[in-house]
Amino acid sequence: MRTRIRESALPLLVLALLAAAPFLGFGEGWAMTLLARAMILAMAAVSLSFILGGAGLISLGHAAMLGFGAYAVVILDDAGITEAAVVVPVAVAAAAGFALLTGAVAIRTSGVHFIMITLAFGQMAFFTAASLAGYGGDDGYTLYSRTSLDGTRWLEDRLVFHYACLGLLVLSLLLCRMLLASRFGRVLRAAKESSLRVRAVGFDPYPYRLVAYGIAGGIAGLAGVMLANATEFVAPSYIAWQRSGDLLFMVILGGVGSLHGAVLGALAFVLVEEWLGHITEHWRLIFGPLLILAVLFLRGGLAGLPAQLLGARNRG
Amino acid sequence: MAEPILELAGLQKRFGGLAVTEDVSLRVAPGGIHAIIGPNGAGKTTLIHQISGTLRPDAGRILFGGRDVTALPLQRRARLGLARSFQITCILPGFTVLENAALAVQARSGSSFRFFRPAASETALNRQAMSALEQVGLAGRATTPAGALSHGEKRQLELAIALAMQPRLLLLDEPLAGAGPEETERLVTILRGLKGAYTILLVEHDMQAVFALADRISVLVYGRVIVTGEPDAIRGNPEVRAAYLGEDDA
Amino acid sequence: MSTQLLLVQALNGLQFGVLLFLVAAGLTLVFGVMDFINLAHGVQYMLGAYLGASFAAWTGGFWAGLVLALPVALACGLVLEVLVFRHLYDRDHLSQVLATFGVILFLNQAVRAIWGTAPLQVPMPELLTGGITLMPGLQYPVYRLAILGAGLATAGLLWLLVERTRVGALVRAGATNAPMVAALGVDIRRLFMLVFGFGAMLAGFAGVMAAPILSVEPGMGDTVLILAFVVIVIGGIGSVRGAFLAALLVGLIETLGRSLMPDLMRLFLAPSPARQAGAAIASMLVYIAMAAILAVRPQGLFPVRTG
Repeated sequence: MRTRIRESALPLLVLALLAAAPFLGFGEGWAMTLLARAMILAMAAVSLSFILGGAGLISLGHAAMLGFGAYAVVILDDAGITEAAVVVPVAVAAAAGFALLTGAVAIRTSGVHFIMITLAFGQMAFFTAASLAGYGGDDGYTLYSRTSLDGTRWLEDRLVFHYACLGLLVLSLLLCRMLLASRFGRVLRAAKESSLRVRAVGFDPYPYRLVAYGIAGGIAGLAGVMLANATEFVAPSYIAWQRSGDLLFMVILGGVGSLHGAVLGALAFVLVEEWLGHITEHWRLIFGPLLILAVLFLRGGLAGLPAQLLGARNRG
Repeated sequence: MAEPILELAGLQKRFGGLAVTEDVSLRVAPGGIHAIIGPNGAGKTTLIHQISGTLRPDAGRILFGGRDVTALPLQRRARLGLARSFQITCILPGFTVLENAALAVQARSGSSFRFFRPAASETALNRQAMSALEQVGLAGRATTPAGALSHGEKRQLELAIALAMQPRLLLLDEPLAGAGPEETERLVTILRGLKGAYTILLVEHDMQAVFALADRISVLVYGRVIVTGEPDAIRGNPEVRAAYLGEDDA
Repeated sequence: MSTQLLLVQALNGLQFGVLLFLVAAGLTLVFGVMDFINLAHGVQYMLGAYLGASFAAWTGGFWAGLVLALPVALACGLVLEVLVFRHLYDRDHLSQVLATFGVILFLNQAVRAIWGTAPLQVPMPELLTGGITLMPGLQYPVYRLAILGAGLATAGLLWLLVERTRVGALVRAGATNAPMVAALGVDIRRLFMLVFGFGAMLAGFAGVMAAPILSVEPGMGDTVLILAFVVIVIGGIGSVRGAFLAALLVGLIETLGRSLMPDLMRLFLAPSPARQAGAAIASMLVYIAMAAILAVRPQGLFPVRTG
């Protein structure tokens, strides 16, 4: 029990800080937008961590799920529909549906073939989005208005939007944690360690992995809805394979196998990227090597850092 | 005999030009221990793979409880009650010993598409898992991560997981491989205790153990079953002796 | 569409395929022998192009540029190997993907910082300018034929090296079962460096040759990288023969697809939507082909791995 509390301490602290952030000096417009973007990407990263750490599925096409959610908002906005009661279910269903369809093929493979197939499907989504001239094509699409609830444009209030993003992030974390602890999650986690053992006791990993992939897609789709609302602009570049790489990076930075680590990873990624961008135009010259060093040396990820540090202190 | 729990009919498997399983037929009666022995290179492993479903035979049939399972994959045969233990232990290192067994219990306790309750809190699963652990003497290590077990304890866990499946047939793949004398004795005692309650098909290299445990023995040489019979008959069989010439067993 | 136009596009497809093969060959060997996913292989191609362009401008001649660029590209590759890659051989694929992703970010930016973002112009070597008449009514640029020729010659040389020399046998063995080769006492580290360096040079060579006809700009390696990965997955990881056939296939699908799809769509749609739908489907064709092939042969066309 003690270790459980200690493990949860860092993420709880971070979530508390996020909740208090608008009143701790992050109340400016640009800061709130930055935090919103971090929380939205954290939500997508959590869903990726769910399938990566939980089921061992390394997807290099997860940005496409975000994209499906965002483009659902775009298409409905163009048709004059902004009511959340319609937009949210459509976006989630679209993203989850895409995940189930592509997953049905991809999950038959494993290892690098799986990575490649998810990359391929992500690219297909990217090229499709770029060819949708009616929705901005390559240049992107600017929303007429944000998603509304029962007619009220509640999401246009920065504070409301901040807590909406935070709330959805927390819900995603709780959902994924519950799923991983359930019977369903146990089969997933077991299949990740040994597909042979799981089959030897009578489980076929395929349907479990497919359902997990679909759920992750749905969560990312919901994050996509918030992403579209955050910038009021959606472009195919949101679906570029490099964005999928960013998401994978957030998960590994936070620590594979740790859901809340994905939150830490996403926050670190977005904040460092922003900070470096202010310092120099050539920030990627620093960011690239930082990525490399993080992969080489941060074995347990950021989530494992307190344990690493505490352990060092006890020994020294 | 009464309806055999497992029947192999004319199994054939070639790798390239080499016949690794050549016209293998045998029947395993319910209850008791049927052992398969043979010198190195006899094709025991390939045969086990075909029985459990990880390898498809080129020809022949496999009947489990009267049902043709030749085309069924590993997990379907497991669901029908065919539990296999692995020579190179195949446990889940990140899970506790109890959870390893609980997974096997979960597989036969209704749907696993349940998303809300934590699986670890299901007392029924844990109780049955614990009872399987007790049968092999691992109850005291229930909360240990399986990766931290010694080699011998891992072998015991392999057996416990198979038992937790409440199988109609236990297919044991060289459970004594690499076990020291003390451990061998312990495992043989456990296996003897399982006789009657479970039907066991034991593939093993350790002759002493085999002759101490088995009710019937089939001898596999270069992919063929040269004889099947009671232990005494096998012991005195000249062909069997010839096959083992140069091996320091029996 | 006229036969001549079809033939021109087919030749373009083969020429693109040959360039892809030069990049994919190194990638498949590195992955096959070292089990190392190198996303940064595309920047080797880009470096070749930039170095070729710079040296050509500096010396005033394409050929001098080529001769200078190759060893420098090789050196850059080896520096990367020592600094970053060799620490990743024992790591899992995910770590390799992400670390090499970091290398891409860094090098794309470095290229931007040194050469700027505007595409570089690289003049074609005088010897190879102009076109020749292959058939009545069919003119084809000499340079592109030269690329095709150079690529096929390199493929032949590679085949000779891999199939007929001792080192080649070691490489093939390593691609099939690396731990076994190491266990047999072969200096596996030296073999790794050899394979890596050779692959880097091939990619750089492709970059230099592509420079006059393709756009030399930051990030040019990224699209080629993805296609190269598609090639090695279709061809079978570790198989040079597979990479060759798959590269030609992918080159043809990409090129012919882009030119034929809009016309095909015109059979069903009005001109404007046909152009859009055609362009969209054309860009997806390669991936659809890959997904279809993997559905039937999950290990690719000529799988090699046994160990």
